[in-house]
This record gives sequence, structure tokens and C-alpha cells, in this order.
Amino acid sequence: MSNFRIKLETSIKNMKKMFYDPILFSTFTFVMVILILFILLPMFNVLKESFTYNGEFSLIHYRNVRDMHENFVIILNTLKLGVVTSTISTAIGFFFAYAMTYIKVPFKKVFSSIAILPIVSPPFVIALSAIMLLGRRGYITRTLLGIRNAEIYGFKGLVLVQVLTFFPVAYLMLVGLLQKIDPSVEEASRDLGASRWDVFRTITLPLMVPGIANAILVIFIQAIADFSNPMVIGGNFTTVAVQIYLQGIGNFDMGSATALAVILVLMSVSIFVTQKYYISKKSYVTVTGKVSRQREKISEKGIALPIVIVMSIITLGVFIMYIMIPLGSFVKLWGINNSFSLEHYRYVFDLGMKPIRDTTLLALISTPITGILAMIIAFLIVRKEFFGRSFIEFITMMAIAIPGTIVGLGYIITYNKKPLVLAGTAFILIIAFIMRNMPIGIRSGIAALQQIDPSIEEAACVLGANSKKVFTSVTLPMIKPAFFSGLVYAFVRSMTLVSTIIFLVSARYNLLTVAIMNQIDVGKIGVASAYCTILIFIVFIVVGLMIFTLKRMGINDISE
Amino acid sequence: MRAKRVKFENINKIFITGDGKRVNAVKELDLDVEPGKFVCLLGPSGCGKTTILRMLAGFEVPTQGHIYIGKENVERITPDRRDTAMVFQNYALFPHMNVYNNISYGLKLQKIPKKEIDRRVHKILELMNMKDFADRMPSQMSGGQQQRVSLARALVMEPGVLLFDEPLSNLDAKLRIHMRDEIKKIQMQVGITSIYVTHDQAEAMGLADTVVIMKDGKIQQVGSPIEVYQNPINTFVANFIGRANIFKGKIISKSEKECEVDILGVKFKISQNVKKDVGEEVQVVARPEGIVISKEGYKGKVTKSMFMGAYHEYEAMLGDLKIEISVSNPRNKKNYPLDSEIDFTLEEDSLHIIEE
Repeated sequence: MSNFRIKLETSIKNMKKMFYDPILFSTFTFVMVILILFILLPMFNVLKESFTYNGEFSLIHYRNVRDMHENFVIILNTLKLGVVTSTISTAIGFFFAYAMTYIKVPFKKVFSSIAILPIVSPPFVIALSAIMLLGRRGYITRTLLGIRNAEIYGFKGLVLVQVLTFFPVAYLMLVGLLQKIDPSVEEASRDLGASRWDVFRTITLPLMVPGIANAILVIFIQAIADFSNPMVIGGNFTTVAVQIYLQGIGNFDMGSATALAVILVLMSVSIFVTQKYYISKKSYVTVTGKVSRQREKISEKGIALPIVIVMSIITLGVFIMYIMIPLGSFVKLWGINNSFSLEHYRYVFDLGMKPIRDTTLLALISTPITGILAMIIAFLIVRKEFFGRSFIEFITMMAIAIPGTIVGLGYIITYNKKPLVLAGTAFILIIAFIMRNMPIGIRSGIAALQQIDPSIEEAACVLGANSKKVFTSVTLPMIKPAFFSGLVYAFVRSMTLVSTIIFLVSARYNLLTVAIMNQIDVGKIGVASAYCTILIFIVFIVVGLMIFTLKRMGINDISE
Repeated sequence: MRAKRVKFENINKIFITGDGKRVNAVKELDLDVEPGKFVCLLGPSGCGKTTILRMLAGFEVPTQGHIYIGKENVERITPDRRDTAMVFQNYALFPHMNVYNNISYGLKLQKIPKKEIDRRVHKILELMNMKDFADRMPSQMSGGQQQRVSLARALVMEPGVLLFDEPLSNLDAKLRIHMRDEIKKIQMQVGITSIYVTHDQAEAMGLADTVVIMKDGKIQQVGSPIEVYQNPINTFVANFIGRANIFKGKIISKSEKECEVDILGVKFKISQNVKKDVGEEVQVVARPEGIVISKEGYKGKVTKSMFMGAYHEYEAMLGDLKIEISVSNPRNKKNYPLDSEIDFTLEEDSLHIIEE
């Protein structure tokens, strides 16, 4: 029999098997319907719209993008931003990761905690405090340095804000890899006559090249997809993600918006594919196997002290950025009248609690759905052989690479007309939350499941457990930590999501992040800070409650 | 030949653990290794043997004492400038370099001309029987091949001292014996001073000129394999090197050359000059192969009987004392089944007195 015959017959058998397994079949159908309706169809419609003019096939929108100087500059801007932000962020992230792994650093917890901050914080925090510190009325620029016309809006300000937002991503990716390098490899190099610098140059750095490339690409994707930072601090420096919104919602020019969207998706997906299928496979670190002994950390003052000082300065900077927000919310008029005031909170509560209540409620509804769905899909992908499995895996993975603005654009095009008018409803907002957070939940579920030796499940099976019993009594308890940390993550991300939902909010449902953005837009920094503070407060309360309940249930290890 | 002498002088090493506890890993170590000798540091895990090796390489700093390589006190010399090369337990090959680049790594750092590097790498590959492996990556090789590269990488440096950190413990049993023989052969060929850490006594006996037996950070005994096996200084050494039956006995009479000991009512003459006085108690080591089947002597009851081919292994109870007996070349000899009675005595020549 040829290989092709065997493959074909296996997939036919798998297809048949699925029909005999009603639970698997119905789950599969349900998952497929959701993926088609809320990922594939909207993306297809974006693509279709970009090639349509007056109901006919046309390349006019792409020609417009090419011919309009403005759009061309915007595409270049986006690439430039991606390159600069990802390079600097990765350099700083690597610096932190190296220091934490190789140098004797005091107060480690303080330094590593800044890696968590950007994950739990709303996207505007750093941009907002950058305005307060370095803007025209900025505390550092105006009050301390006396500069009258400091300009934070634009490319430089945007890079600063993005680097502070994204370098922890690089840190987290690289610190794990550095810890996996077997210290004896470096000792061997020392023993053969390499100085510390030689070891770094010939061993550590070359081993990290794939990891560093990986981090650069991942941050590049996030930087070009970033909507909120360029929106509030980009000034005249517009990026594709912002332009899509301005064209689509501002000018009702869906043609240009969709053409730009297709271009942005092509950029991020091609880089995502490079990263996922090429660079990730090139890791050397796994080759060295398990770490044999703990690394002797460098404690020489001449090396350690300067590094710790630089780390402290960056960390202090990040912390100040976060403290600025609550501080700014209690100040009457930032930079002009710095007296204590509750005015902004009064204003927020006068405007109404509705965005606050709506955001929290919708996030709370979407969170468990996201978590459960993600685990079920992860389980199907890892443990079941069925027809369409690799298709589901591929779609959910690609969903990570699609910028949020484009998902929002796809929804507004698809669900604004009959048969399904969903725009402006709570339903579509919940769907947006779920579809934005589920793919990452699936990835962490897959990672958790792959760590479980299938023989443990087989042991349960041999001892007489049927497949449902195996899942509930063995698999589920073992992936519990991944499931619950996925819940926390989904909630926080829902509360702080901007890009997708900015297309979907309506008079009936306005969300907190959008309210913050509108306030920054009209220059009400104090009110925006008050909203931000409230948002951070809610996130802390809910996440604290979640962790507290989980601890009582005996689950302690919720990391990342 | 540039084999160097290694000398440890009154070395102490104290670690402070994360929770503030002090661990005295090496205590008052004095050891002198002559140039070209093969020394095995042998002991159970946690006895400090690896710490000694790492202090010699420069990865750990002694809390107290001095280390000399050749005539040089190496206290202030960093690992990269010490005249040592190390073979690691987990091979520690550079995963991003092929075999050639792994082996030439140290030579390149010394800025040796390219031609010379090429010549030396190929010579060592030939010595290792690995001529065809120059372009392989570490991930494309088996454990045994990786360890050969690791050895080649150390040897090519022509160091004054070669260090081995349990290099065979990650290999399977058959390969381990093969590699052991290979290491011995190459070491004798090259004539390099070697310090070898292991917890496998068979490995130590097979390789070493001198065995150093350690326990809890302290040297127990230093001697040739024959010496430590036949004249163990204490019960720990007796039990760690091979198997041992340890009897309690009483000195009946003694002279310069020999002494007579009463062991459970039977008298034996042992040629050993003992310090203890007549009437005092001593411990006597009898190896399983030093116990012979004989009508005169003791009567025991067989509790274990295993035919191993080259020898027959018995375990017998003598009162509440468990005795191990090994009958060599068991063909055509009487077989004692389980629960049967067995008569045996001790071979005078193979007894050894421990005076602790």
C-alpha cells in the first residue's frame, strides 16, 4: 500500500469513528460552527470587501492604498515602529533576563514583578503617564527641566511607551530559555580557557540566537497590531492599525479600511508563520537536556553593580509610570494646578456607572466560557484523532496572529446587516472577548496536556475507567492550574481589551477602555486617570477574589 | 610530557545553604598526586568528591587551605587560566557547534595557528577512532560518542591535569565498561595526571593507580586498589570496596609479625602487627571469597543460594550473624540447598584486622 493510501484510509476511518462517538461529534460540530462564524467568516468578509467596489470585483482599494502617499507612509511607519520597538524591547528584555539568571541580584522579587505588570494593566497606563511626565505639561519636562515645548506625541514617545509595555514579554520568553542552558556547558568553556566575556560571546549568546529572534518577531507582531498606544500617543505618526479604525469608523470608507487590514494581516501572519514553524524549531537549548546543577552566580562588584544600577533605573521608571495614574486622578489639573481634588471621580460617577458595570459584567460572563471552551478544544487537539483536527489547531493558532482591530472590522462588516444583526449587542461583545482570549487559552491548555504522559491516562484506562471517567478523574485535575490561570488571564484581558471592541461599542454598551480613550482624546487626563484607577481596582479585586477562592480549593500554583 | 603534580594542603570547604545552614563539604583535605598518576576519588554521593574536583578546576574556592598545580599555588588563578581540562558527567558539549568546532574551541581561544589546530584536532580524532565524526552535531550522536568527543576536547588541550566528573554514569552498563577500558588505555598512552571522581567502586578499581576513599567530606583511606581492598582501614572502607563479613574477635597473643585472634571460639593466626593489647577486642574482615567450605570451623544454616556461573553465592546464618560466602569455580562442587546446614571456616591468609 502506498503512503498516500494509508493516510487516506486512516482519515476516512477517523471520520467514520467520529460518527460513532456522539459526544466527540457534537463537540466537534459546535467548535467548527463557532470558528467559522466568528473567525473565518469575518476574515473572509474583510478580504471580500477589500476586493469589491460597487458590488463588483475590483483592485481599486489596493490601488488607492498604493497611490495615496498618506497610506504608503503609514505602512512604512508601521514597519519602522515594529522594527525599532521589537529590537529595543528584546535588548532590554535580554538584559534583564541575563542579569536575573547570571548575576547575584538583590531584591529579585521587585525586579521580576515588573514582568507581570503589563499583563494585568490596561493598555493606556504607560501612555497616559508618559503624557503626564514627559508631555507639554509634564512633571519631568516642564516642572523639573523647564522645557516649554516638550513633544511626547509622535514616533519617539510611541517607541518609549511600546518598549516599556513590551520588554517584559521578551524578558519572560528569554529568562525561561536562559535557565534551561546547562551551566556545565559554560563551565566546560571556562575550563578550556574562555574568559567570562568569551563565554558570553561564544556560548551563551549563540545559544540564545533562536530565542532572541523569536522574541523580536513576537514583539514585532504585537507592536504593529498595537492599537491603543499609537491611538493616544502617536500624534501625527499614524500606524496601519489606527488608520484602519479611522478609515472604517471615522470616514465610513470600508474599502480602504479592509485593504489596509488585509495588508496588516499579511504582515503579521507571515511573521507569525516564520516564528512558529521556522525559528521555534531551531532552539539549541533543548538539546543540552536537563540542567545538572545550579549556576554559580556572578557576584564580582565590577560586573554586578553597574548591571543592578541600570536595572534599578529602568524598574523605578516603570513603577513611577504606574504610580502616576492614581496620583494623576486625584490632582485638579495636572501640571497647572496640582492641588488634591476628587473632582474627576465626581465627574466619572456623574457620567454614570454604566460603562464600569457593563465592562465587569460582560468580562465575568465571557471568562468561564473562554476557559472551558479553550480546555475542551485543547483536549481534542492533543488527545483525539479525528477528521479536521489539524484544521482546528491551525485556525486557533492563526487567530493569535490576527490583530484585534481587524477582528473588530470583520465583525462590524459581517454582523451589521441581515440575517444576523449583532452589532451593538452585548452578545457580540462577549463573543469578541471570547475569541480574542480563547486562542491563548488553547495554547496553554495544549502545553499543559502535552506535559502529561499519556501513559498516566492509559493506566487509568487499563484500571477500568472509561474515556469520560479518564478525563474527569485524571486529565482534568492535572490541567487544573493551567485552566484556572487561563481564567484569570481571560478576565484581565477582557477588562482591558481595546482594539476589537472599539468597533463594536454602541450607545447601549459602552466599555471602560473606550471611555478612557475618549477622555484622553479630549485632553481630560485627570478623568482618564480616574477611570484607569477604577479599572485597575476592579481587576485587582476580582483577580484577588479568584486567587483567594482557588487557594481555599487547594490550588496554589497559578503562574502567568 | 607535561604531566603535573597536584597537591592539596589542608583544604576546608564550607557552603552556606539558602536557609543559612553551614555544610562542611570537605574537611582537612591533604592529598599529593604525583605527575602522570591516575587517582580516583571514590565515595557515596554527597561525600565531597565532586567539590574537590571543582575546586581544582577553579569553579569553587576553598574556604581554607592551598591547592598547587605543578609548583604553582592556583588560589588567584581563574578557571580559564588553570592548566586543567575537564570531562563532564553530562558531556557538556556545545550544542551549537559540530565535533570539530567543539574540539578546537579551546585551541582557538589560545590563538594557535589554524594549521596547528587542524593537525591536533585530527590527531586526537584518530586517537579516539572518530575520524568520520568531525562534521556531526552533538544532537546527532549517541551518549557514548558524545562522551568520546568530550574526552577529546579535554585531551587536545594537553593539560597538566585531566579531570573526570563521573564521566560514565550516564552510559548503559556495556558501554560503560567499554569506555572505561578506553579511558585507561588512552591515559596510559598519553601519560597525563588524571583525577577521576566516581561512586562506582569497580570503575575506581579498574582505572586507578591510587584510590582515595571519602565519606562525609573526609578522606578515609588512600592506597592502591589492592591495598584498599585487602587492608581496609575501617569498616566503611571494607564495606564500600567489595563485600565484607565483619567478625568480632579477641586478641589471644601477639608478636611483631602476627597475632592470634579468637573469633567465636575458633582461633586464627593473622600476619599483622597490631597495636592493641592482648585481651582487647578487634574487628576482623573476611571477604566472601575468603570463606571456605570445611568440616572444621563453624556450622551455619543456608538462607540464600544463588548459582552465578563463575561462582556460587551463599548466605548463611551463624547465630544471628549473617555471613556471605562465595564459592569460586563451583563446577563439581557440592551444592547446599536452602535451609540445609553448611560447614565453613575462614582462610587465615585473607583475614584482616581493623583496629578502630
